[in-house]
Amino acid sequence: MKLRVYAIAYLIFLYAPIILLPIFAFNDATIIAFPLSGFTTEWFAELTQNRALHAAVQNSLIIAVCTAVFATILGLCAARAGAMSDFPGKKGITGFIMLPLVLPEIIVAVALLVILRQVLGLSLGNWTIIMAHVLICTPFSIAILNGAFGALDPSMEEAALDLGESRWSAFRLVTLPLVMPGIISSMLISFTISLDEFIIAFFLTGSNPTMPVYIWGLLRFPKSLPVIMALGTILVALSVILLTIAEIFRRRGVRRAGGTDTGGFL
Amino acid sequence: MAKFATLTQDQTRSIKLLGLPLVYALLLLAVPLGAIVLFSFWTQDFMTVDTTFTTANYREIYDSPIYGLLLQRSLMVSGIVTAVTVLLAYPVAYFISFHVHPSKKSIWLFLITIPFWTSYLIRVFLWKVILGYNGVINSGLLQLGIIDEPLTFILYNVNAVIITLAHAFAPFAILPIFVVLEKIDRSLLEASQDLGESKFSTFLRVTLPLSMPGVVGAVLIVFIPTIGDYVTPELMGGAGGKLIANMIQTQFLQLNNAPLGAALAIVAMLCVTAISLIFVFLNRKYLRGRT
Repeated sequence: MKLRVYAIAYLIFLYAPIILLPIFAFNDATIIAFPLSGFTTEWFAELTQNRALHAAVQNSLIIAVCTAVFATILGLCAARAGAMSDFPGKKGITGFIMLPLVLPEIIVAVALLVILRQVLGLSLGNWTIIMAHVLICTPFSIAILNGAFGALDPSMEEAALDLGESRWSAFRLVTLPLVMPGIISSMLISFTISLDEFIIAFFLTGSNPTMPVYIWGLLRFPKSLPVIMALGTILVALSVILLTIAEIFRRRGVRRAGGTDTGGFL
Repeated sequence: MAKFATLTQDQTRSIKLLGLPLVYALLLLAVPLGAIVLFSFWTQDFMTVDTTFTTANYREIYDSPIYGLLLQRSLMVSGIVTAVTVLLAYPVAYFISFHVHPSKKSIWLFLITIPFWTSYLIRVFLWKVILGYNGVINSGLLQLGIIDEPLTFILYNVNAVIITLAHAFAPFAILPIFVVLEKIDRSLLEASQDLGESKFSTFLRVTLPLSMPGVVGAVLIVFIPTIGDYVTPELMGGAGGKLIANMIQTQFLQLNNAPLGAALAIVAMLCVTAISLIFVFLNRKYLRGRT
């Protein structure tokens, strides 16, 4: 019982900052502090006027969609290989691919900056961020898809092969539909990570900032803070919706493949 | 014989499939990491990079006190954040694994992971709103009459950095511990209690040692990435709360001294890796000492 109280207090601690977001987003004052002074939707209206923000959001959306697709393709390869038989060195290779999960993001950022700018002399742009985001999202994708493939019964695909399907069509017709929820979940998670990622994007962004880089610039101007609160409210709402959908699909995937749910993305 | 042949075929396919993500990771991780190692032995000569091999960057890091100070502070902050996060997270993971009905477990995990996925920058900034001079905590305590003037030790210093980072990494600590607790055979706990151990000593002598791999995972997954965060110290740390990652960022993006920045990044990584290895080793020794 005491533990339950503690766990609930812990949840409140986790959610404390997020709960404040909508409160200040609708508060009729330029200073982000209590006491509240009144209700307004002015800050949301201001969001619709800001051209630079729109450009940044558009950039981030392009990057996030590309990242989601590419990271999931790589994750699919790795998770499918993971479900197949072992070969010497497989564990080491998988461990290396999963490395960005624990590597400090600044290390990934500076390493890529050095190779792209100083060694190859390329100019930075959206594609450089996409490359880096695919690198950090792939481990998450693998973790999710491993759950989907791990619970899969291999005899189903074997049955399709025995019945005369080619290897590719057996995969497409039998395995792919079974892991599809995992694929959707992986794409949504990668999309969310990429959309929110700042540390790497700040290093690798070209002349057009992504949304978090743009927000970072705004944080220095006290006048723009209420607008950030409004933007944050929308972002949090969006992430919660996307994650809920991702979670529903992830669970459906594990169930469809015949496994029991162990919960959690990691 | 036939079986052996199909097995190798399966293995080849597995290797081919793993090839694509491996090549990607090699090109975008191994090669760039190699490049910064190389760079750290070069020097910046105004606009160009002097490619003569030298340990000048490492000597500069060793000689100027500022880098040592920042590194020490970073390691201390990461260490405290890790300890706080894991200690606070363990009971929650324990509660979800042992006291929550199986059908409700994934809802709990989902609730815990949600805040982690929401805009990191804005979350850090909101801690400023909570801890600030006119912040939620200060105005609340003032109104309740508990304090007479706003507390100042909770913003723009190392404390603020620790609170914010501990909040940001909380889910990272809960999940690995939870996964390991879930795998513990419940009959072992019954056996221990049947043999006369109290609930508490069962926890100390059975559950805790069995869950140590999860605790180690949680420690590593919090400790290593926190060293690379420059957002929180920049926004929350004030002048006295800057960390090594801020210095790396400054060297690369403002001072345009990539070789020194690369050397700093490598030194920071080496320190973190060394501490992590020592921790893993000590934990192995502890677990072996018990059996």
